[in-house]
Amino acid sequence: MKSLEELRALREKMKSQTDNRSVAGSDETVIKVGMATCGIAAGARPVLDALLDEADKRHLHNVSISQTGCIGMCRLEPIVEVFKDGQKFTYVHMTEDKARKVMNDHVVNGNPVKEYLIGEN
Amino acid sequence: MRELALNILDIAENSLRAGATLVEIDLAADFSQDAFSISVRDNGKGMSKEMLASVCDPFTTTRTTRKVGMGLPLFKYSAESAGGTFHITSEEGKGTAVTAAYRISHVDRMPLGDFGGVALQLVTMNPGVDFCFTAKAGDRQGELDTREVRAILGEEIPLGAPEVRAFLKDYIKENLTDIFGGRL
Repeated sequence: MKSLEELRALREKMKSQTDNRSVAGSDETVIKVGMATCGIAAGARPVLDALLDEADKRHLHNVSISQTGCIGMCRLEPIVEVFKDGQKFTYVHMTEDKARKVMNDHVVNGNPVKEYLIGEN
Repeated sequence: MRELALNILDIAENSLRAGATLVEIDLAADFSQDAFSISVRDNGKGMSKEMLASVCDPFTTTRTTRKVGMGLPLFKYSAESAGGTFHITSEEGKGTAVTAAYRISHVDRMPLGDFGGVALQLVTMNPGVDFCFTAKAGDRQGELDTREVRAILGEEIPLGAPEVRAFLKDYIKENLTDIFGGRL
């Protein structure tokens, strides 16, 4: 059985790492996933999990992923907003696979996935 | 919504919207009595008597983007369509408590779903809010209280850090979801 005591060891291990992580700062990418009733019902949770999973796998420390309330276009949920290079990109009708592609092509390599953006479909 | 876990997430999001700093989520199953209950309590801003009276009407909502609010009605429906009951109490300035009870064997009871994933999401994505989860089935019970976790980790390490997330994921599985042994 896992116990919270293991966290103490983890904390010691992490203390040394926190320094180089905070350097990332300015070129941070912010990703928000709509997580109100509409988003949840449309499948926003697997999308969020896929984004986090990709960020973990690729050790992306300059990416902040968070959830937000209703973005206001419930019929287009799940919606993922990516704030990068001073611009906002709104991806609509997202799925796990689309989320992974956005992480790969846009967040990592800087090429927005045009066909998933709002207005394209 | 096809999972009770998603309903729990949705109700907890309401609590966050209401400015809660502590959200307590309790799951209790009694297989010998065929009973299962979910309760979500928060210390958010609560609501007025008038609001409380109409809050289960889908055409009542506090958001301004549109005129429907489906969260509570769907949760209520999930319980009442499965031979269960639904209660909500709220006091302005004190907080809100929502409880839903289910008959486990009822054919229309939704499966619990990925409760562990929902718990992990709530805990790691809401830095300013504390959560206390308890899971109980017969004589087995488990708990996750983020106040305890924060006390150990200290100020500088967020609960959303990848290493902490990985630990919490396993911790939640062993201490919360495994309690029900896949029977919900």
